[in-house]
Amino acid sequence: MTAFKDAGHVFRLVAVFAVGVMVFVGVRAFLVPKSFGQYGHYRGDALADIAARPVAFAGHQACEDCHADVLEKKKSGRHAHVNCEACHGPLAKHVDDPGSVQPPKLDTAVLCVRCHEANTAKPKGFPQVASAEHSTGLPCDTCHQPHSPAIDTGKTEETAKATTGGTK
Amino acid sequence: MSITRRHMLLLLPAAAIAWKHVLAGAPEASPNYKLSEHWWGMLIDIPKCIGCGNCVRACETENDVPDGYFRTWVERYHVTDYDIENPHVDSPDGAKKGFPPTKELGGKNFFVPKLCNHCADSPCTQVCPVGATFISPDGVVLVDKKYCLGCRYCVQACPYGCRFINPKTETAEKCTLCYHRITKGLTTACCESCPTGARQLADLKNPNDPIHEFLKTHSVQVLKPYMATHAKLFYNGLDGSVR
Repeated sequence: MTAFKDAGHVFRLVAVFAVGVMVFVGVRAFLVPKSFGQYGHYRGDALADIAARPVAFAGHQACEDCHADVLEKKKSGRHAHVNCEACHGPLAKHVDDPGSVQPPKLDTAVLCVRCHEANTAKPKGFPQVASAEHSTGLPCDTCHQPHSPAIDTGKTEETAKATTGGTK
Repeated sequence: MSITRRHMLLLLPAAAIAWKHVLAGAPEASPNYKLSEHWWGMLIDIPKCIGCGNCVRACETENDVPDGYFRTWVERYHVTDYDIENPHVDSPDGAKKGFPPTKELGGKNFFVPKLCNHCADSPCTQVCPVGATFISPDGVVLVDKKYCLGCRYCVQACPYGCRFINPKTETAEKCTLCYHRITKGLTTACCESCPTGARQLADLKNPNDPIHEFLKTHSVQVLKPYMATHAKLFYNGLDGSVR
């Protein structure tokens, strides 16, 4: 005996609906990555994907592991807190293979003015010079050694005397 | 074979263990890095910025940023006397080649580095229709390239203009706070290459991070606090004219 007349229609409808839900759940399980929702409404594996990128800058710790002599030179100078790769550029490849990948030779005439060319927008206490007047075309490392830029008086006293304008 | 009560009792715990492994998902990128132990931000010390553009170049190299687009850039502000609501701002090529000489026009001039603010309540992640951008459990706003449709909602939603569509991949791109570096214990490329320490990566969950002492003893602001984005880019010495 049926509960009510034509109950078969309802059962068929429920069956179709149930199949629909099952198909949806099945397809969703197939399409949505497993890690989706691991931490929130996004693919959790994306974190690992993004973190997997190789680095270009090795970080000053890696430089200091080998170049303790330079670190010693820098320590007492005004450039003590300037990281190696700020001037030498990204050198992770050199760290991976120090033998075959050599850092490029730097041109102080280009490099120093990046920071030290006078500009009124720079902080007042920052040492800056109008390079054209200051060095009269001499490369900076004639007087200043970049790792400890205070002028070495014994060696370069005469050059320094000729070009004292604006030093700090 | 029919499943008896005995079989069922053995199978249930096994299934529970298997399910736990499914939930655990993929292992994290670095074995010693725990997402729950970090909450990243950055300190920008404006009185230290010299506008050399090292950060912009470093970011470009580290992250393959396409030419003409910027994940970080430096702006030069010129404010005349009392007219702080109308600053003149320029940023030639994002300061990739530094700045040309500043004209002597009176008033004050200064540099402001900009990048993603890694907001704790970021508008950009809220508008993403597909779950392609998100705030990671360690507080970094990231984009999942595989999920991004390139619909540009997030580009419009960012109040700081920090997003763009990569012309090659046609997906949204932004500063990742060098997520591939900070998860390995390194600092970001921009912080690494900043010669004056004007940028400092900050781990707000690390009680030994110098950021805490700095915040206690300085007048620090975030950009557009009225947007309630809870930005984690802290600016020291920020002028009122900066937008």
